[in-house]
Amino acid sequence: MPILLPGAEQTPLNAEQHRTAQQLIVGLSPEQLAWFAGYMTAQIVNNSTLPVNDLTIAEKHDAQITILVGSQTGNSSALALQIQTLANKRSLNAVIQHMEDYPLTQLKSAQFVLVIVSTYGEGEPPDNAKELYEQLLSKRAPSLNQTHFAVLALGDSSYEFFCKTGADFDQRLAELGATRILPRVDCDVDYEASAEAWMEDVLNALSSRLGAGAQQSAISAVPVFKTTASSYSRKNPFSAPLLEKIILNGRGSIKETYHIELSLENSGLSYAPGDALGVYPSNAPKLVDALLQALHFSSAEAVVIDAKQRAIGDALLHHYEITTITRPMLQKYATLAKLEALHQLLDDGHKEAFNVYCYGRDIIDLVTDFSVRHISPQAFVDCLRKQSPRLYSIASSLKRHPDEVHLTVAAVRYETYGRRRKGVASTFLADSVDENHPVPVYIHHNNNFKLPNDPAAPIIMIGSGTSIAPFRAFIEEREAMGATGKNWLFFGDQHFTTDFLYQTEWQRYLKKGVLTRMDVAFSRDQEQKIYVQQRMQERAKELYAWLENGATVYVCGDEKRMAQDVHTALQTIVAAESGNKDSAAYLTLLQKQKRYQRDVY
Amino acid sequence: MTEATQEQLNQRVPVERIKDASNYLRGTLVASLQDPITGALAEDDTQLSKYHGIYQQDDRDLRDERRKQKLEPHYQFLVRIRVPGGVCTPSQRLTIDRLANQYCNHTIRLTTRQAFQFHGILKRHLKSTIADINATLLDTIAACGDVNRNVMCTPNPEQSRLHAEVYETACKINQHLTPNTTAYHEIWLDNTLVASNKPDEEPIYGKHYLPRKFKIAVAIPPNNDVDIFANDLGFIAIAEADRLVGFNVTVGGGLSITHGEPETYPRLADVIGYCPKDQVLKVAEEIVKIQRDFGDRTNRKHARLKYTLDDRGIEWFKTELNQRLGCSLEAPKVFAFTSTGDSYGWVAGLDNTWSYTLFIENGRIADTENYRLMSALRAIAEIHSGDFRLTANQNLIIAQVSDAQKAAIDGLLQQYGLVKANQHSVLRRNSMACVAFPTCGLAMAESERYLPTLLDKLEPIINAAGLENEPIVLRMTGCPNGCARSVLGEIGFIGKAPGKYNLYLGANFTGQRLNKLYRENINEAQILAELTPIIQRYAKERQADERFGDFVIRTGYVNAVTAGKDFHA
Ligand code: SRM
Ligand SMILES: Cc1cc2nc3c(=O)[nH]c(=O)nc-3n(C[C@H](O)[C@H](O)[C@H](O)COP(=O)(O)OP(=O)(O)OC[C@H]3O[C@@H](n4cnc5c(N)ncnc54)[C@H](O)[C@@H]3O)c2cc1C
Ligand SMILES: Cc1cc2nc3c(=O)[nH]c(=O)nc-3n(C[C@H](O)[C@H](O)[C@H](O)COP(=O)(O)O)c2cc1C
Ligand code: SF4
Repeated sequence: MPILLPGAEQTPLNAEQHRTAQQLIVGLSPEQLAWFAGYMTAQIVNNSTLPVNDLTIAEKHDAQITILVGSQTGNSSALALQIQTLANKRSLNAVIQHMEDYPLTQLKSAQFVLVIVSTYGEGEPPDNAKELYEQLLSKRAPSLNQTHFAVLALGDSSYEFFCKTGADFDQRLAELGATRILPRVDCDVDYEASAEAWMEDVLNALSSRLGAGAQQSAISAVPVFKTTASSYSRKNPFSAPLLEKIILNGRGSIKETYHIELSLENSGLSYAPGDALGVYPSNAPKLVDALLQALHFSSAEAVVIDAKQRAIGDALLHHYEITTITRPMLQKYATLAKLEALHQLLDDGHKEAFNVYCYGRDIIDLVTDFSVRHISPQAFVDCLRKQSPRLYSIASSLKRHPDEVHLTVAAVRYETYGRRRKGVASTFLADSVDENHPVPVYIHHNNNFKLPNDPAAPIIMIGSGTSIAPFRAFIEEREAMGATGKNWLFFGDQHFTTDFLYQTEWQRYLKKGVLTRMDVAFSRDQEQKIYVQQRMQERAKELYAWLENGATVYVCGDEKRMAQDVHTALQTIVAAESGNKDSAAYLTLLQKQKRYQRDVY
Repeated sequence: MTEATQEQLNQRVPVERIKDASNYLRGTLVASLQDPITGALAEDDTQLSKYHGIYQQDDRDLRDERRKQKLEPHYQFLVRIRVPGGVCTPSQRLTIDRLANQYCNHTIRLTTRQAFQFHGILKRHLKSTIADINATLLDTIAACGDVNRNVMCTPNPEQSRLHAEVYETACKINQHLTPNTTAYHEIWLDNTLVASNKPDEEPIYGKHYLPRKFKIAVAIPPNNDVDIFANDLGFIAIAEADRLVGFNVTVGGGLSITHGEPETYPRLADVIGYCPKDQVLKVAEEIVKIQRDFGDRTNRKHARLKYTLDDRGIEWFKTELNQRLGCSLEAPKVFAFTSTGDSYGWVAGLDNTWSYTLFIENGRIADTENYRLMSALRAIAEIHSGDFRLTANQNLIIAQVSDAQKAAIDGLLQQYGLVKANQHSVLRRNSMACVAFPTCGLAMAESERYLPTLLDKLEPIINAAGLENEPIVLRMTGCPNGCARSVLGEIGFIGKAPGKYNLYLGANFTGQRLNKLYRENINEAQILAELTPIIQRYAKERQADERFGDFVIRTGYVNAVTAGKDFHA
C-alpha cells in the first residue's frame, strides 16, 4: 500500500508542492521515507551537513521527540510518518527511529518517546522490534527517569494477545521510571480513527510542555563517555559482570565463536579501539578434581600462597596453571620426584623429546606418568606456575556502548592422548562465566594498533575469524565520531552461511555508507580454498590506489595461519602496481609512518 | 495497448514501477546474484525473480536464532518448475531428483498446480540449478509473477486418446502465453539460446505484464481434479465420440482472501460460452489482454480478473471479448463433473497401457527412515519407459506403463512399500495442505507439517462414526491465500496465527461451491470439539449419497455460498 499524504489543506504545502511530494513519497519505501523525514528535520534544526547515518542524526540534532517504531507490515511506520508531519507542523521537532537500529542506551537520554508498535505471532513483537524489546525487558535495561513516553499499540482483537507488545512496552517503560504522558491506546485493525485521536492528544500534551521555540534546548542522544582514572589494573583486576553471551556461528558450523559483552560500570576503566582486555581465567572444576585425585589430595588441604592460607582446591582452581607443562615447572617437579626418566627429559640433549612430551599434555598427565609418593600439597603447588591472564582484542567502542566491553572469543577444544582438552580462558568464558560469575579483567592498552588521528583518513582492515574483533571496534568508533574517512574491510572464515561473524552489523554499516566496501573470502564454500589474500590480489589496483591516497592498513590475526600470507600479498601487490621492485621498503616506510599496523597472535 | 504515463505509474502499486524500470524483467538481478555480502537479492529484484520462477525465502525456524547471532536470515530460494499439464519424462524426473539432492533440501514438492518445487537453494547455486533444469527441457520462466502460470490439465490416464489431444492444447496455451523477454536466457543461461540482440518486446503482455498472476486450467469431465473454477480462465473439454471438438470457457475464478478485509473474497469462475478447439489460443490471448488493460494496477488485493469482472459485470466482459474476437462465443455445451479427487492404484488405459496413481501426502517427496519414497521413485524412473504425471492434488501418476513393464514397476512399488501409501484412510487421501512453514514467508500457521497429525486425531472420530469409506474433501492452508484451495474443502482450515485456524464448512464435492466460515481462530482441541458432533450427526442423519458438504448446509451449520460476494455475508 503506497503511503498517502493527508489532503493538501491539512498540510503546510500548496497544491503544487503537495502533488510533487505525493509523487516522491509513492516512490519511496517506508524505511526510505522515515530516513528522509528524519534527515530533513535534522538539517533544518541545525542546518548541519554531516554524513548521514542514524547515529549522526540522533547525535547532531537535538531530537526532542523520538518516534520509536516497530512494524512488520508497515502500518505503524505509516502512522509514525503521519504524526511526525503533524508534530513538525506545530514546529515540534520529532525524529523517527526504527527499533532495529535504535540502541537501548540511547533511550536514557531521549526526553520524549512516542512508541508505535504492532503485535505479531501470538502476542510477539514484530521482527524488527524483537531485539530492543528483549533488551528493554531484560534486567540490564537502564533506569529512564528522564524519559516521558506514550504508547500507541497496533493489533487485531481477534487474537488472544491483543496489542500485547504495545502493552509490554507501556508497562516496562513505566517500571523503568519513565513518565507516562497519557494512557496507552490499543488500536484494532481499523486503527486510523483511534490512532489520529491519540496523535492529537499526545501532540497537545507535548505542545503545552515544550511550548514554542521547541527546537532550542539540546540533549545529546548519545551519552558521551567521560574518562576517569581507575583503581583497577592488571594487579588488581575488575570483576566484570556478564551482560550477554552469544554464539556467533550458525547451526551446522564446526566453529564455536562467542560474542561476549561485559559491564565496566563503576570500574572507571576506559579503553580505545585497538586495546585488548586481559582476562584472568579459572581452571575447569572437573580438571582440578581429576588432578587432586591423581595426587590423592583432598581439596580442603591448606596451602600458603603469597603469605595467604588457602584450600588447595581453591588454589588450583584460581591461582595456578595446570594445563601447560613448562620447563621450570618440570625442573622443580623433577627435583621433588627424583625420577631418572624426568631428569633425562630435561637435559639439553633431549630438547626435542621434551617438546614432544609437553605438547598436548597437561599436569595430570605429568603426575600420572611420573607419580611421586608422599609429596606435600605445598611442595606441589610451589612447582606450579601462577595462572596467567589471556588477552582478547576489544570488539566494541565506548562511544557506542558506554560502560561496556565486548569480545569475540573462539573456544579452544581439542583431543590429545585420548582425552578431550579445553583452552583455559576461552572455555572459561564459554562454559563457566554466567550472570553469577563475573570475569576478572583489566585493560591492556596497545598504542601500536590505533585509528589514524585524522578522521578523514582512509583505512583498510584485514582480518579472519575472531581477528575481526578490533575492526568492529574501529567501525563503531568511526561511526560514533561521524568520521568521514573511507573504510574498507576484508574478512575471511569457513562458510558464508554459518561463519560470517557480525554479518548483519556489517550490512547495516555498508547500507549507511560507514563501511565503504567489504570483501569476503569463505574458504570452504567451493572446491578450491579461497582466503583473504586472494581477495586482496583481485582488488590489487584499488588497494594500491588507497595506499597511495594515504590509507592505513590494519592486519589482525594468527601470525602463522594468516598475517604472514597477508604480508606477502601486500608485497606482491605493491610490487606489481608500483612497478617498484623494492616493495619491502615501501611497506617498512608505511610501518614507520604507522600506516601499516599489525596485531598478531 | 497504450503504455502508462508517469502520472499513471505514480498512482499504481510499487511493483508496477519495478516492472516498468526492469527492462523486461532484468532489473539488477545479475548484480544481486554476485553480491557476496548477503544471501539475498536486492529488494526490487525479489519481485522480478518471481517471473523467472524464483522466490526468495528464509528458513523461518531459524529466523530468531540467527537474528540473535547477528547473522542475516538463512536466505534460500524456492524454484518452481513448469510442467504443462503435469506430464514429464523419466529422464526429466531423474534430473529433478538429482538437483534436489545436489542443491536443495533433499526434497521435491509436487504442487497443487502440477508443478515441481525445490526449496532451500542458496543464491550461489541458483544459476547452476536453473541451467540444469533447462538442459533437461523443462523451464521455470513464468512459473510465478504477474503472468500466466503453468497451465493445468487433467492427467486423466484412462482416456489416453482424448487426453493426448487436450493435453496438446494445454501445452500450446502454455507456450503461447510464455513471456518473450530474452532476460531469462541472458541471466540464467548466459544467452546460449538467444542469437539475435534485437530489443525485447512483449506483444501480448507489454512491458508491464499483467496486474497480477493469471491462472489457466483445462479440465476433462467428469474429472474436476484441476479445480477449474478456481482459475482466472478455464477450458472444459467437450468431446464427441471420444474426440475433442471444443471447450466451454470459464472466467473469473480466484480463491484468495485477506483476514479482516471483507472487500477481498474468493470467487468461482462463470461459464461464459463455448469455443471450437481451433479458437482456443485466440480466446485465451484476448482474455489475457482484457485483464492486462482493465485489471486494477493500483491495489494488488483487488487486481485479479475476478474483481475486474465483478466491478464491470459479466455482460460487459462478454461484449468486450466478442468485440476483440470479432465473433461471439457459442452457448456453453452441457457437461458434468463428479469429483475433484484422484482415483488411486492401477487403472487400465486404452491401447493396453496401464497407469498407477500414487498418493503422496501433501506432495512432499523425500526419504525418511521407514519410507524411502524419493529413492523408490528414482528406481522406478530408471526403468520406466512411459511418462509421469503430476496431479492437481499433489499426487503422482506413473503413466503409460506397458503390459510388459507393469510387473517390474509393481515389484518396486511393493519392495519400497509405496503401496502402503494408497492404504491411507480415505479422509487423508482426499486431503491437501499447502507448504507454509518453514519456507513460506506468508505463513501465519503450520500447514504441511501439521495436517498429518491433525488427521491422526480426526481419523478415529471418522472411523467411530463408521464413515471410514466416505470421501470428504479436507484442505488446509497456513494463510488465507488458499494455495491448497482451502475454500473449496468440504472441510477447510485457514491459518490465523501459530496453532490457530479458521474453520470453514460446506464446499461441495465437485468444486462447484465455496465453503463458509464456521468458527474463527480456534486451536486443535476446539477444532476436534467442533467437528466431532457434526461428523457423528452426519453419520446418523445423512440422506442417500448426501455429501458432507451438502449435509452441513441442509442441517444449517452454514449457509450455502452462491456467489463469492456472499462469502463473508
Ligand atoms: C506450492 C503452492 C502450494 C502447494 O502446496 O502446492 C503455492 C505456494 C505458494 N504460494 Fe500459492 N501456491 C500454490 C498454489 C496456489 C493456489 C491454488 C491454485 O492456483 O489452484 C492459489 C489459490 C488460487 C488463486 O490463485 O486464487 C494460490 C494463491 C496464492 C496467493 C494469493 C493470490 C491472490 O490472488 O491474492 C499468494 C500470495 C500472492 O500472490 O500475493 C500465493 C503465494 C505463494 C507463495 C509463493 C508465497 C509467497 O508469495 O512468498 C507460496 C510458496 C510457499 C513455499 O514455500 O513453497 N499463492 N497459490 C502451489 C503452487 C502452484 C504452482 O505450481 O504454481
Ligand atoms: C593481543 C592478543 C589478542 C587476542 N585476541 C583474541 C581474540 O580477539 N579472540 C580470541 O579468541 N583469541 C584472542 N587471542 C588469543 C587468546 O589470548 C588465547 O590465546 C586463546 O583464547 C587461547 O587461550 P586459552 O586459555 O583458551 O587456551 P590455552 O589454555 O592457553 O591453550 C592454548 C594452548 O593449547 C594447546 N593446543 C591448542 N590446540 C591444540 C591441539 N589441537 N593439539 C595440541 N595442543 C593444542 C596449544 O599449546 C595452545 O597454545 C589474542 C591474543 C593476543 C596476544
Ligand atoms: C501472523 C499474524 C499474527 C498476528 N498476531 C497478533 C496478535 O497476537 N495480537 C494482536 O493484537 N495482533 C496480531 N496481529 C495483527 C497485527 O498486529 C496488525 O495487523 C497490525 O496492524 C500490524 O501493524 P504493522 O503493519 O505495523 O506491523 C497479527 C497479524 C498477523 C499477520
Ligand atoms: S496458503 Fe499461505 S501459507 Fe500456504 S503456501 Fe500459500 S501463501 Fe504460504
